[in-house]
Amino acid sequence: MKVKRAKLSWLERLYIPSILNGFKVTMRHFFSWKRSEVYADKQSNFAAKTTMQYPEEKWPVPTGYRGAPYLVKDVDNSTKCVSCQLCEFVCPPKAIRITPPGRDGDVDREGAEKMPEAFDINMLRCIYCGFCQEVCPEEAIFLLKDYVITGENREELIYDKEKLLSLGGLDQRAYNHHVQEGVDEGIKKWEKKTQDAKNQAEFH
Amino acid sequence: MPEFITELLTNHPWLIVAIKVLGVFAVVMPMVAYSVVAERRISAFIQDRVGPNRVGIPFTNIKLLGLGQPLADGLKSFLKEDFTPGHVKRIYYWMAPAVSMTPSFIVFAVIPFGSMLGMQKMVIADLNVGILFTFGIVSLGVYGIVLAGYSANSKYPFLGGIRSSAQMISYEIAMGMSVVPVFMLAADPAWRDGLTSDWKAYLEGTGLLNLSSVVAYQSDSLFSWLIFKQPIAFWIFLISIFAETNRLPFDLPESETELVSGYNTEYSSMRFALFFMGEYAAMIAGSALMVVLFCGGWTLPFGEYFNTPAQGLVQGIIHILVFIGKIAVFLGLMIWVRWMLPRFRYDQLMNIGWKRFLPVSLANIILTAIVLWAAA
Amino acid sequence: MAAKDIKPAVETVTVKVDGRPVEVPRMTPNWEGKPEPTTVLQACKQVGIEIPHYCYHPKLPVSGNCRMCLVHVAMPGRPGPDGKAPMNDDGSPKVFPMQLPYEPQTPRGVIGCATPLVPGMEIYASSPETKEMREAIMESLLINHPLDCSICDQAGECKLQEYSYDHGQAKSEFEEFKVHKPKAVNLGPRITLDAERCILCTRCIRFTKDIVGDDALGIVNRGSYNTISTYPGESFNNNYTLNTVDICPVGALTSNDFRFQMRVWFLKETKSICTDCGSGCNVLIGSRENKMYRYEPRQNDAVNGHWMCDSGRLNYKWIGREDRLNTIKSPKGAIPWPMVLKEISEHLGSVERGSVAIVASARQTNEELYLLNHLAKHLGATTDSVPRRGKADHLMIVEDRNTNTTGAQLTGITTKRVGSKLSSIAKSIRDGKVKTLIVFGEDVTKYGIDSNLLNNVTLIVSDILPNETTKLADYLLPGCAHAEKRGTFTNVKGRVQKFMKALEPPGDALPEWEVLHELVHNVTGLDGFKSIEGLFNHMAGEVKSFKEAELTWAGLGDLGADVKL
Repeated sequence: MKVKRAKLSWLERLYIPSILNGFKVTMRHFFSWKRSEVYADKQSNFAAKTTMQYPEEKWPVPTGYRGAPYLVKDVDNSTKCVSCQLCEFVCPPKAIRITPPGRDGDVDREGAEKMPEAFDINMLRCIYCGFCQEVCPEEAIFLLKDYVITGENREELIYDKEKLLSLGGLDQRAYNHHVQEGVDEGIKKWEKKTQDAKNQAEFH
Repeated sequence: MPEFITELLTNHPWLIVAIKVLGVFAVVMPMVAYSVVAERRISAFIQDRVGPNRVGIPFTNIKLLGLGQPLADGLKSFLKEDFTPGHVKRIYYWMAPAVSMTPSFIVFAVIPFGSMLGMQKMVIADLNVGILFTFGIVSLGVYGIVLAGYSANSKYPFLGGIRSSAQMISYEIAMGMSVVPVFMLAADPAWRDGLTSDWKAYLEGTGLLNLSSVVAYQSDSLFSWLIFKQPIAFWIFLISIFAETNRLPFDLPESETELVSGYNTEYSSMRFALFFMGEYAAMIAGSALMVVLFCGGWTLPFGEYFNTPAQGLVQGIIHILVFIGKIAVFLGLMIWVRWMLPRFRYDQLMNIGWKRFLPVSLANIILTAIVLWAAA
Repeated sequence: MAAKDIKPAVETVTVKVDGRPVEVPRMTPNWEGKPEPTTVLQACKQVGIEIPHYCYHPKLPVSGNCRMCLVHVAMPGRPGPDGKAPMNDDGSPKVFPMQLPYEPQTPRGVIGCATPLVPGMEIYASSPETKEMREAIMESLLINHPLDCSICDQAGECKLQEYSYDHGQAKSEFEEFKVHKPKAVNLGPRITLDAERCILCTRCIRFTKDIVGDDALGIVNRGSYNTISTYPGESFNNNYTLNTVDICPVGALTSNDFRFQMRVWFLKETKSICTDCGSGCNVLIGSRENKMYRYEPRQNDAVNGHWMCDSGRLNYKWIGREDRLNTIKSPKGAIPWPMVLKEISEHLGSVERGSVAIVASARQTNEELYLLNHLAKHLGATTDSVPRRGKADHLMIVEDRNTNTTGAQLTGITTKRVGSKLSSIAKSIRDGKVKTLIVFGEDVTKYGIDSNLLNNVTLIVSDILPNETTKLADYLLPGCAHAEKRGTFTNVKGRVQKFMKALEPPGDALPEWEVLHELVHNVTGLDGFKSIEGLFNHMAGEVKSFKEAELTWAGLGDLGADVKL
């Protein structure tokens, strides 16, 4: 295709008017910068700034953000994970490594059969895809909002079960439900089951 | 001043030169460092960003608007791995950064950056052929870049090196031609007769191509500045300095978008930093030249205190500060232009150099000659 | 059952499956191998249509209790008073889809596993009626199921899971409380029962009663509380209990050994041979990342059918033992393979004829034994192996506990009387006639060649685990378990079967056949092959009975081939 170019006038070909115009534009931006204190009153200045003063100012993490995957606890403070290893299976970068408990594994809840002996996530490998959260049948792993994952060596960034559980904390959704409804429906899944089994044992 | 020092300096005049050299370095190096900070801050403001505002005094929480940044940059440069790729031509590869930086600093040898301080003229080498020396040295700067491009032995640096040599040679011609009318005016022995006795004493024994002489020529009033007497020459000289220092819109040797980083693509660590410092030193040298040739050097047209050689220490220091201030204005301009204009296409660059500036500067010479002839 | 196992039937029956006329044999072998009328389920399987089923197993008596194989069929009409069957207008025999007697709108299914074929019948294996029946059965089976797949060891190889995806519904209509039954009950030393997951197909009961002959299991309680149980106070502990884990279609019976060890979908399955006795049961090795987790029997009707014994199945842990030999030992220390093989080759090349004796193991592969025998012939060496006998049982275990005694005999390493020459080897060493002893995979100090004798000879030993002999070895060559190499075994009945590599050997260990090949090549000049395939084919041309059977590596297939003994 042949582009028809506009014929430039003599003045335009001298470039000088364009250069002057350029000076004007850059000056306007230079001075439109609100050089108010960078650290003062973040809210009011936020819109004028395109740069965020990171460690002091934190980015408002949107809902649905996929941060680091952590293990959550049930409201009775027990481990939700049952070591089904589906997340390990589905994890594309193979960041998750679970050691099954074997026959004599410990559990921290009455009526539970199986809990992971070790649960390691290599945060250096994790790509925050959220497949683990999606696949988890027990709703035990969630991608929370942490995005600052730092460490001084590689070993430090392989998070073990204790670390993941303490970072994950209480399953917030279950907790809210528990608080609002005042019932255990949908949470403490195992409690109801264990209770049912007990009742029926008496019936026999 | 203690007796023995005076004696020492009288018996060993080279010591004075050494002190001046150290002094110039002590001023120019921080200027290089802070022009980098200025570049980054100004570009950030123009682009509605913040720029480096964190590094202040080390080990404290005092941030000083990021004025400690050069320390951090320098430290980083030193700590980075000094990597020599396997495919380079080693001797040239190691030489190139030094060759690129040195000429920029040598130029300062002949530049009168002040009037007098004590009994000394504030110029390291008061050459009679100052301007010729300058041009001779500035043209050496291209070797560093060409060597870097050649020795790196890979395509992008090579292209950058080629571009750079063609560009610098082209614009050197225009630059040289543009200065001719300046000296057609300034090298006229007649005007020196009208100078004050201070000036006469100051210029005693200097030739007409001496740069202090040019300063003296412009010291009279604002309109004796050659920027007003020779605007075309100034315009061509200014733009040629942009081209000589590889600044935008003439940064084709580096042009990141096409050549990764041009001639310094294969460099890292302190070697890269040397190129970087060389570029900014060249900017300062270029600005200094413009100040001396067109903007009255260290003088200000505000009476004798400012436009005659200093008698006392304070006056001498003020003259130096004036000179530095003028340089800062030009540096600001160069930085400003960088964030405003897009890069020229290579054919446009050559077009301007050869088909515009060269004829215009020649015409300027002839025009000046005609005017001088008519006036005579 | 694969189609090729069926003997060509003289008599055939033509039926329609999903509208397609197919001809199938009228009789099919039942679980005992006796011919019985072909059933709907077998007919469909033979023509490539899978009818889902839980309680039916080709090697167990039919019980027909799970109802999963319900299909809708249509039967040809009975002859009327005139002796003629009802006909369609076009003259073809008329068929009548089966219905409930008093509810003609409702189709009635038959269980495919127990309904013999009727000539001319039509089987609607994938009609909407059949699908609806399956959905209903699935829903009813899942009523009391705990749905704890995330914990269950069976997940991944569970028929309930698979059929739930294929034939089940997303949601259950069942709103009442689920019945809870005993969980994690130890039925026996190797079996754990989760009664909630059980669908009461009785496969385990039939297996242990009819196959093993140990009537140990039964169903107790009534209705929803039906539970598999042993007789009170008794334990389910015969030597074949773990087969019930394999045949259990759900996760009710799980292996204690494998319980919560690894999810099955991570396991790499490698075809191999059990090395616990001379039967040579076909197995699958389940391994993940160089760690072995389990054996499972692999169907081979000529050897082990679907089953294997518990003792063989659990005899794998030595493969991953910590003290496995994994470094080369030589008089010069731990030198690399090329150097140690060069040294041994030079030594064997310089010895006097007749001054070498070889004690091989009847647990080595045919190929290794053949190479050793080749070397022995060249060196004029006396060779023998070590006998290992145990108690045979009524099902699968044989007296000979060496995996490859037959192979050792066929390749000429040993005679019919295994171990008969050991004493003469010991004597030759004592007399100073034998100055070099090569031992592969056996601890000869237990068989009359004690450490005093071993100190008098240059002792070249290859083994997997440390023992008295390996401690005294001048040259110690770390070897591989069968799971770490390829090769063939010949079982007591003369069936040559190959096995594949599942794991990487530890440390310096190399497959013995590779080491021997190099040695034999250096000493005797035997050449012409690089791989185990080439070695086997070469051996098959040299060993008499293999040659007669025209064996080739490729021809062995997964199931092996018989040779004449």
